[in-house]
Amino acid sequence: MAEIVSLADAVAELVHDGDTVALEGFTHLIPFAAGHEIIRQGRRDLTLVRMTPDLIYDQMIGAGCARRLVFSWGGNPGVGSLHRFRDAVENGWPVPLEIEEHTHAGMANRYVAGASGLPFATVRAYAGSDYLKHAAPNVASITCPFTGEVLTAVAALRPDVSIVHAQQADREGNVQLWGITGVQREAALAAHRALVTVEEIVDKLEPVPGGVVLPTWSLSHVALAPRGAYPSYASGYYSRDNAYYVAWDAISRDRDTFNAWLDEHVLDSQGANR
Amino acid sequence: MNDGPNGSIADPHAATRDEMMTVAAARSLRDRDTCFVGIGLPSAAANVARLTHAPGIVLIYESGTIGARPTRLPLSIGDEDLALTARAVVSVPEIFNYWLQPHRIGVGFLGAAQIDRFANINTTIIGSDYNHPKVRLPGAGGAPEIAGCCREVIVIVRQSPRTFVRQLDFITSLGHGNGPGDREAAGLRTRGPVKVVSDLGVLEPDEVTHELMLTQVHPGVDVESVIAATGWPLRVSPNVTTVDPPTIEELQALRQLAVGGLE
Repeated sequence: MAEIVSLADAVAELVHDGDTVALEGFTHLIPFAAGHEIIRQGRRDLTLVRMTPDLIYDQMIGAGCARRLVFSWGGNPGVGSLHRFRDAVENGWPVPLEIEEHTHAGMANRYVAGASGLPFATVRAYAGSDYLKHAAPNVASITCPFTGEVLTAVAALRPDVSIVHAQQADREGNVQLWGITGVQREAALAAHRALVTVEEIVDKLEPVPGGVVLPTWSLSHVALAPRGAYPSYASGYYSRDNAYYVAWDAISRDRDTFNAWLDEHVLDSQGANR
Repeated sequence: MNDGPNGSIADPHAATRDEMMTVAAARSLRDRDTCFVGIGLPSAAANVARLTHAPGIVLIYESGTIGARPTRLPLSIGDEDLALTARAVVSVPEIFNYWLQPHRIGVGFLGAAQIDRFANINTTIIGSDYNHPKVRLPGAGGAPEIAGCCREVIVIVRQSPRTFVRQLDFITSLGHGNGPGDREAAGLRTRGPVKVVSDLGVLEPDEVTHELMLTQVHPGVDVESVIAATGWPLRVSPNVTTVDPPTIEELQALRQLAVGGLE
């Protein structure tokens, strides 16, 4: 049974220095509030895992939370580069960042393997790509025992903690999310501990077409975090703030501007940036 | 050709180079195609095709939206407009495993930071040292599997010696390798890139060598300037033709889509 606790308590209990932490949400339902809480609690040396480390990981990397990043696409969608990510990779600021990168299909299937309790998954991805050598040892060629075909094996991802954001939970901690559901189900089930932040807690979950339900007994904690995916969006609740994504380019380009932003919008703030 | 952003819709010749590129790429798509779309220029081109000559085209984005019909260009591949207008929304593992990987999707539409003469693509790093890159680019996303598993691939990329390079700094997505047989040797069963549409013209792989060859130029562009914008000795078809300028309908579709977007 997932306990419903405050976001601050959930992060304090579930996320430790040095952990491997996955915050997932594919453009939609990105757990920004949880990421900001991790920054506020000063976590260090995290291995951050995420298919698309966009603004939330740029912020966490710039704040010095991460030692290592495992990902498959690191950009500001439709805008350009992630400048804090680039500064960490290119210049080691504020701390050096190791990277391990994959393709989307590779990352998605690493979560699938983790959620399935298998050591690896098999894909056609990576064929002819330099990632075959750079993503080693978590990617390797494998020969199909039935057909002899050579495919790519990707190692299972088993994060210490996965954090996703959802629209609703009921009072027992059962969760429902809908719209673009990305890889959240797999990320939550692959992890040793799973935290879901939600827009609201309701008496009863009404089934939604295409909805993904995560039963309370598969989760560690549920925390209420209204607008917790802002500036990404929560279908049925609020829209994506595209202007924030555009504005982030200038804020993140410069270390001092970024630090000022961090002080004002995350460190001095009790809740998520509005 | 006019480079300014404010060409009048009434005058098709006022199209910018980017608009010409986008329209030319759009024309490569057929009605009823299924198309896996990258964000940015590929998405603009695919949606112009949908709004003009290819109303039946099925647009698929890696966020899991199948049959999306956005009313304006999405800023990201997961914008809500894509989900709300889609025939189906599936998970990310499903879009890659069940829809892309089994060669179910006809055309992959990709961008590039660097491309070489065999249409191999780099979107990972600029610089010779992977661990200390000169420029860190976003990385792979779904491009390697789109390049590998769509039945054919169209690349859309602005042309300059910086993007059309002799040697890639990193092979993110396989085009034709070093020539015939390389895709098969990598375990791929698809055709790979069939066309590269740039802001100067159109390049297509030679049937025998698979090396890109200039086959078309955009209106107002001469062959010499395309050669000058290419980082290798560019092969030129003996029958280079000129792309038809955008129609009023095509330009209107593109500009209406761009309202509120960043394109």
